[in-house]
Amino acid sequence: MSLKIYELNEEFKNIVPQEIVALQENATWGNPKRGVMDLPVAKELLEEHSLCAGCPEAAALRYILASLPNPEDTIIVNSTGCTSLMFPHIALHTVHSLFGNQNSVATGIKRTLEWRFPDKVKDVVVLAGDGATVDIGLDYTLQSFFRQEKITTICFDNEVYANTGGQESGLTPKGHVFKMAPKGKQFEKVPMWQLAIDSGCHYVARLTVSSPKRVEKVIKEAIYVAREVGPTYVHLYTPCILEIGLNSDDGLDEMRSRDKERFKFFEYKTPEAEEVIAKYKEEGLL
Amino acid sequence: MSPIANKESKEQKNRAGQKIVSPDYLLFEAPREKHFMTGSEAVKEAVKRATVDASVSYPITPQSEAAHLIGELWAEGYVGVYFRGENEFGVMSEVAGCSIAGARTITTTSGPGTLRAMENFPMWSGTRAAMQLVLMARGINAPLTIQPDNLEVSFLLDTGCMIWYAENVQELFDMILAGFVVAEQPDVHVPVITAVDGFFVSHTREAIYLPPDDIALPPYDPYKAPMPAIDAEVPPGRFLRDPFVMKSNYISYATHASWQFEVRAAIERSRPYAKHYLKGLTEEFGDKDAEIVFVACGTAASQAKEAVRVLEAEEGIKAKVVKLKTIRPFPYEELLEATKNAKYIFVPEFNVVGWLEREVRRALYKKSDAEIIGTPRVAGGMTMPKEAIVKEVLEIIPARR
Repeated sequence: MSLKIYELNEEFKNIVPQEIVALQENATWGNPKRGVMDLPVAKELLEEHSLCAGCPEAAALRYILASLPNPEDTIIVNSTGCTSLMFPHIALHTVHSLFGNQNSVATGIKRTLEWRFPDKVKDVVVLAGDGATVDIGLDYTLQSFFRQEKITTICFDNEVYANTGGQESGLTPKGHVFKMAPKGKQFEKVPMWQLAIDSGCHYVARLTVSSPKRVEKVIKEAIYVAREVGPTYVHLYTPCILEIGLNSDDGLDEMRSRDKERFKFFEYKTPEAEEVIAKYKEEGLL
Repeated sequence: MSPIANKESKEQKNRAGQKIVSPDYLLFEAPREKHFMTGSEAVKEAVKRATVDASVSYPITPQSEAAHLIGELWAEGYVGVYFRGENEFGVMSEVAGCSIAGARTITTTSGPGTLRAMENFPMWSGTRAAMQLVLMARGINAPLTIQPDNLEVSFLLDTGCMIWYAENVQELFDMILAGFVVAEQPDVHVPVITAVDGFFVSHTREAIYLPPDDIALPPYDPYKAPMPAIDAEVPPGRFLRDPFVMKSNYISYATHASWQFEVRAAIERSRPYAKHYLKGLTEEFGDKDAEIVFVACGTAASQAKEAVRVLEAEEGIKAKVVKLKTIRPFPYEELLEATKNAKYIFVPEFNVVGWLEREVRRALYKKSDAEIIGTPRVAGGMTMPKEAIVKEVLEIIPARR
């Protein structure tokens, strides 16, 4: 794209909302070295989201948007859930289609943009919750991996259907009591990161969002590998503090404690992915 | 004559190297040659001349062959994006992605595949994606069937998609080309579902007249769409302050409601374009002033035409057929005009529920004194021989008199 699409007509500048003027003047565009360190100083691409105070998912989305190496040419595909409340607030091209079809829609978009703009880099990033990625959308998630679609898939795992009021999901740990699992969940948490490896992803990471810098590194690697090699998958723990009975300032502590156990940082890279990452490191972009 | 076709100085070509001509030239003016082919092959010939950017396929009888042939076009460089999806739900979402990213997009399905994909169709119209689905109607389960039956069309009537119905191989070819042109009008811009009766049209070889294959429709211009293309080339649709559709407040309710009305209004606005490119939303056959009228679509119309011939020749009874080419938009005015002398309106159909009869009743309610008779009705793969139609007429009409 031309960055001109974010430029305001001079004559309208005094009447458009300040946050839109700020997007033009103070957001980080055209700079692949942008990152979470810009957050305190630059205009964010997410405006006035409506998630709960202290929601780690909102933090995750802010870190991800700050880390996109190519936001001016990034399409974000989303699904139904808490995240769908945030997407209309993102200053990029975003799509909400149906619940669970996000990797299918992303496939169509990515392939079409490759056909329409063969000389441009257009990154397609899927951001969806655990229900969308692993339950209702599992088929479409895995099939896009099998087909080697050049898409980055990011799962916000809060281990529960939060937006509908706290029902068990496939990513709920065994034994946890939620609605629809009044006796506790009867089967193990689905090891989605392992399914992603087995299904052909070239870069897979599992982590909490307790460390913004680490989120930035993972997101950039995942996007660069998807751009050049094939599907990548990032599994983020973003606990629903509401549904697990925590206060709004407890999210970070919850993630830090899980950093030591079921969300211990885990990374997988194929040799092709290693090569791409090494190349971008040499260029100073990672 | 089309201005583009006449331009000698600057001949424009599409990415497949075909000369770009106007829709009017391609549909009405270009010289045509006679061929002999199936409906599936006619789909290929239409796609070949339609400057199609994307298609996603999934096998199901009886549409598989049409989808294979689009794949061949991709291999030959006539279609930009093509692959086999995982199932019809996935495919209909994949083509949605292609379409909103700015591609002229086509896919095909049948029967159970249509129902598997169902959640996508209102999403297509709601996102104002001007793509095309060629629906080769087949029965739906259970019991398992792979036979012709158009019950599935009744499920699609209220999805916000245009629904056209082709009678034969020739009409299917012309409708696919016209379908893109009408669906992509900026003031229409909703999907079009082009239906035919599976097997009877998809698998039957018929005479067909085709324009040359070195000319094609002008490419789709996504920047004329009423919604921004999802390609990061235009400013995004920005709802920075209030994502109105996903809030529980009166503004969001009103927005959602008016959005749905607007999709239906867009279908209504397709009428003048469809009238032009389909040469009318209906077609009449037989005695203009006949009191016995068959209202039908697809191959039921073909069989009704045969019945009209038999009734005239063997019984001296005058009758006519009103064939509906579009179901959405529904041709109310045309139907009313065509049935103004009717005393008996028969609606022959290939399904058990009589969805077309319902449509006809609704359209004519308090506007026509004719008796509407939902028969003959066959299903599950049965054929509708002309004799069966004639028999119904000969049994029912004397009983009414």
